[in-house]
Amino acid sequence: MSKINSDLSRRRLLFGGAAVGAGALLTACTSNEAAPTTAQTKAADTSGGGNAAPGTKVTIGFSAPAADHGWIAAITNNAKAQAATFSDVEFKSVEAGADAAAQRAALSTLIAQKPTVIVLLPHDGKELNSFGLEAMAAGIPVVNLDRAFPDARAYRTQIMGDNYGMGVAAADYIIAQMKAKGVGSPIIGEIAGMDELELTQTRSKGFTETLAAAGFKVANRRAARFTVDSGQQEASQLLQALPRMDALWNHDDDQGVGVLAAINQASRKEFIMVGGAGSKQAIETIQADNTVLKATVTYSPSMASSAISLARLIGQKKGLADLVELQVPKEIVLASETITKENASSYIQLGF
Amino acid sequence: MTLSEGTGLKAPAQPGPEPALPGGRKRPWAGESGESVTRNLVLVGVLAALIVIGAITQPELYGNSTWVWTNVLSILQLASVVGVVTVGMTFVIIGGGIDLSVGAIVALAGVWSTTLATQSYGAAGMIFTAIVVGVAVGLVNGVLISYGRLVPFIATLAMLVAARGLAAAISGKQTQISSNTFINGIASTKILGIPVLVYILGAVAVAGWILLNRTTFGRRTVAVGGNPEAARLAGINVKRHTMFLYGLSGLCCGIAAVMLTSQATSAQAAMGNLYELDAIAAAIIGGTLLSGGRGTIVGSILGVLIFATITNLFAINGLSTEAQNMVKGGIIVAAVLVQQFRFKSVTQFFARNRITSST
Repeated sequence: MSKINSDLSRRRLLFGGAAVGAGALLTACTSNEAAPTTAQTKAADTSGGGNAAPGTKVTIGFSAPAADHGWIAAITNNAKAQAATFSDVEFKSVEAGADAAAQRAALSTLIAQKPTVIVLLPHDGKELNSFGLEAMAAGIPVVNLDRAFPDARAYRTQIMGDNYGMGVAAADYIIAQMKAKGVGSPIIGEIAGMDELELTQTRSKGFTETLAAAGFKVANRRAARFTVDSGQQEASQLLQALPRMDALWNHDDDQGVGVLAAINQASRKEFIMVGGAGSKQAIETIQADNTVLKATVTYSPSMASSAISLARLIGQKKGLADLVELQVPKEIVLASETITKENASSYIQLGF
Repeated sequence: MTLSEGTGLKAPAQPGPEPALPGGRKRPWAGESGESVTRNLVLVGVLAALIVIGAITQPELYGNSTWVWTNVLSILQLASVVGVVTVGMTFVIIGGGIDLSVGAIVALAGVWSTTLATQSYGAAGMIFTAIVVGVAVGLVNGVLISYGRLVPFIATLAMLVAARGLAAAISGKQTQISSNTFINGIASTKILGIPVLVYILGAVAVAGWILLNRTTFGRRTVAVGGNPEAARLAGINVKRHTMFLYGLSGLCCGIAAVMLTSQATSAQAAMGNLYELDAIAAAIIGGTLLSGGRGTIVGSILGVLIFATITNLFAINGLSTEAQNMVKGGIIVAAVLVQQFRFKSVTQFFARNRITSST
């Protein structure tokens, strides 16, 4: 018995040694040397004085969900990078964890640090509404980033993308292309993002309503999960369901990598595809013009940079220089723009 | 039902009443395989029914024979990645464990193998990395469970969280595009009209079947899962065997990671989401006993194919994912209910048989 044991332990040692060796070899492989995608910031233009000139010190507390895909990661990076461009801003970031409850816990530690302004991308606007009320009552202005609070007293300013407008923009582009090609009743596919999110529903609503106004309809709609592999999977099945298609709208460029892979694997190219969000990869693909992806409608994470700038102005009690009002507006909704081959070059630096 | 009772009837009659006490409790091999063959036939029937439903609801699509062929291939491709994971999962479950970390291992192996540093070593380096990472993480699970005496559920649940965390840390939460044409080509290449991914699934399934049914490793797996104490007394090193089972599951995850990376031409920390549930569900409806000691590779693969066919069926009919998930849940429950029903009838049969043989 003891002999077996010692034999085993030697073997275990060998195994352990091999494992450590392989581990050492592999850890060398975790580096991602490429420069991180440049953040979308606006450098402070100090030449003209005005808002950009350093003012009172502002401490900005920031919270966004833990990133699991490109868009959220870009939000956090942008916020950080924009804060770094201001000499009068101190940036305090708390990781929001995996769900609304975790974010609420993280935010309460943030409140205790008494920041001047809080910039917050909530997991869910409805679930974190009470936090907004609490912070506002404590005298800390809240800038809501992208996911609206239902209660107007829960935020000082709200800046968000236009989900409905995204659907409208995508549909408008498809309608124009179909009319130009003279297709009377096109077969249109849609690959949505996570279906349980309200924003996905809003995007789809904008898309179908705009199409309906032109007399078109969506022939088949699949919901992926904003991840590349789910995009590939859903797209492969959608292509199977529609042996012939004229146009396809995919809600998210990150999952679009998978959608394009599926299209390539099925060697289909009879239709045009419109993306969503405006990732760098997608804009480059549109520029190269060698796939079915012909356009993408923006939902840019640059809004995080703008939110930091707004938070700074709120903290310094200043307004937007180009507007007459002395304070920052209560609500800003970004327009969804359509990026095509023609204007891609001017948008490429905004890709994330 | 009558079929399984029929095969059951014959089996104990042959060895006679003498070994009824030791053999009767574990059921003789003939009865065991006969029962699983019946169960697999039922699964094939379900598959056929799903295809018939598809043909009825979409007659114009099913009227086109080339479309039907590409659709079969698309179902097989859809099933390929989860199928490979399920083979490993089947071994773990038969061995009396559970591996909740498979999806996370797939993501970690995929992310690790698509970092720019790894990609610079070419396709071989990427495949090597994915497989080594998969096996290593699987073995860590195994060591924790067999030598650290952690409950499999807890150990692999911890690994689920940790591996995804590490994957997110390595990828910097970004989608890592694979620029390797060989890797990307795996998913788009066809040999003799059949995608390479389907061959890989076939190879893994056949290897799994041989390992389970024709080697001592397979016999030991069944023994360890059926009764670990008896297996230990019979001279099997239960701890080491259990560790290897998790390593095997990790190996399957590594292979699956390469396949999934190829399909998506990229990897990210969120990929392979909920694959653990897909794999467990497929193994369960394939007749693998969650408490261990029983299960077949063929059944698990059929389980995966049934889920893939349902996904395909809902897609071609343009039905929502919500409805699809509800149907999937219903099928899992139905499969387990059917199994319990069978099981009861079998035990009842043995009880009856013992009474008749004693009189």
